[in-house]
Amino acid sequence: MINILFKPIECIGRGITLFWQTFIVFTEELGRILLLLCSAIKQLILPPFELRNTFKQIVEIGIKSLPVVLITAVFTGMVLALQSYTGFKRFNAEVMVGTVVALSLTRELGPVLTGLIVAGRAGAAMAAELGTMRVTEQIDALETLATNPVKYLVVPRFIAGTLILPSLTVIADIIGIIGGFFVTVTVLGANSSVYWRRTWDYLETSDIYNGLIKACFFGAAIAIISCYKGFYTAGGAEGVGKATTGAVVLSSMTILISDYFLSAWLFK
Amino acid sequence: MIELIDLHKSFGGNHVLRGANLKVEKGESMVVIGGSGSGKSVLIKHIIGTLKPDRGSVLIDGIDIAKLSENELYETRKRFGMLFQMAALFDSMKVWENVAFALMRHGKLKDKDAKEIASEKLRMVGLIGVEDLMPSELSGGMKKRVGLARAIAHSPEILLYDEPTTGLDPIMADAINDLIVEMKQKLSVTSVAITHDMHSAYKIADRIAMLYEGRIIATGTPEEIKNTDNPIVRQFITGSAVGPIKIEGVTA
Repeated sequence: MINILFKPIECIGRGITLFWQTFIVFTEELGRILLLLCSAIKQLILPPFELRNTFKQIVEIGIKSLPVVLITAVFTGMVLALQSYTGFKRFNAEVMVGTVVALSLTRELGPVLTGLIVAGRAGAAMAAELGTMRVTEQIDALETLATNPVKYLVVPRFIAGTLILPSLTVIADIIGIIGGFFVTVTVLGANSSVYWRRTWDYLETSDIYNGLIKACFFGAAIAIISCYKGFYTAGGAEGVGKATTGAVVLSSMTILISDYFLSAWLFK
Repeated sequence: MIELIDLHKSFGGNHVLRGANLKVEKGESMVVIGGSGSGKSVLIKHIIGTLKPDRGSVLIDGIDIAKLSENELYETRKRFGMLFQMAALFDSMKVWENVAFALMRHGKLKDKDAKEIASEKLRMVGLIGVEDLMPSELSGGMKKRVGLARAIAHSPEILLYDEPTTGLDPIMADAINDLIVEMKQKLSVTSVAITHDMHSAYKIADRIAMLYEGRIIATGTPEEIKNTDNPIVRQFITGSAVGPIKIEGVTA
């Protein structure tokens, strides 16, 4: 009898404990990421500057992500045009397809999709590389060779991520709009000058640069989160696997969640 | 000169170092022996300052390195060279770039000059014609040699060896021991090695110290250690499973 009475209380207690533990783990991780960020920013402004390494990371993150970004952008533009054309036709608004494609891409899909791709490709690579360096003592070796590993490993990736994501986003925006144009004009047979006019008439420069601000933020977040996961890897090969998965999951979640708040703030 | 005074270090509830004291004279080769998990690696990481003690101090020529600022600590590390257990070569760089890493970073040498010095250091450790290979193309013994060349490249005053012979076949292990002795004679460096390989310890040590339960329980020349009465040291150097040392995870 007493058992039946106390069982629900026990369940509630367990729930609260679990929630509290998750909260502690989350805040602890967030704190450590911010500490790494502070340390990276401090090392970023102190000479010597890691130009060679930064350039290498720009190539690694930027150039190698480009093909995937291009394919994603062109098909996103195409499907956007296709869906909005058939949808808008129901109330005779097909002429607005160009506007919808341009606004969706520059404000939202360009930065977010590029961010997610870079998180999956470059973020995973960063976490795996730094994680392997940690478990094989290469990061300790850097320390013993009088080299600050945050400066040598994290700062170049942080700069590269922050610079590369907006650049890739610009390309994604352009290619996506061209993809939309291709489907609207050649496949669906709409008028090409109407598409362009509707694109430019309603697109404002603030749409583009606010999208790029979001991209900068996503790039910085991917780099610092992935470096954090790699930098503090423990537990051998399994640890590297966990760090890599963790980097992609946490970066993607951060992009999607922060996207809402950034959009609410930037596009008032 | 290196001096560890009353060093304490815990990880969570695990009290690894419990008041370790050790003094290494200039030019001396000290070998710290101890079982797996006895805290040897933690001890050596305190000497180079990658770990900070909870209590106690690490003096390098009288300066407590635990109290240095980040920049001063990195400056002090230029006086050190360290050979890691698995060599810890940078796998994204060629062999010569590994060896010349500190020279190019701190000495601002041109690539060509740095490569020449790297070749010379590689020759010192008995390697010829490997400059342009990647670390993944090397055998375990060769990696250790490259690791040693990297450790001595910037002419350090203090060399640290983390289990220098672990994972090598007996002949290769002995070749590494010979190299360590040779380095001591040629470069007149102060060195600290940690190992559980007694053959290696006898060969390379001027003095041996035994770490047990977080403290240094005995120090002496290899001869003194061989003839010790201390039952713990005796059990360790003779490699017996029976004796006062409790084997972790095994109950009697």
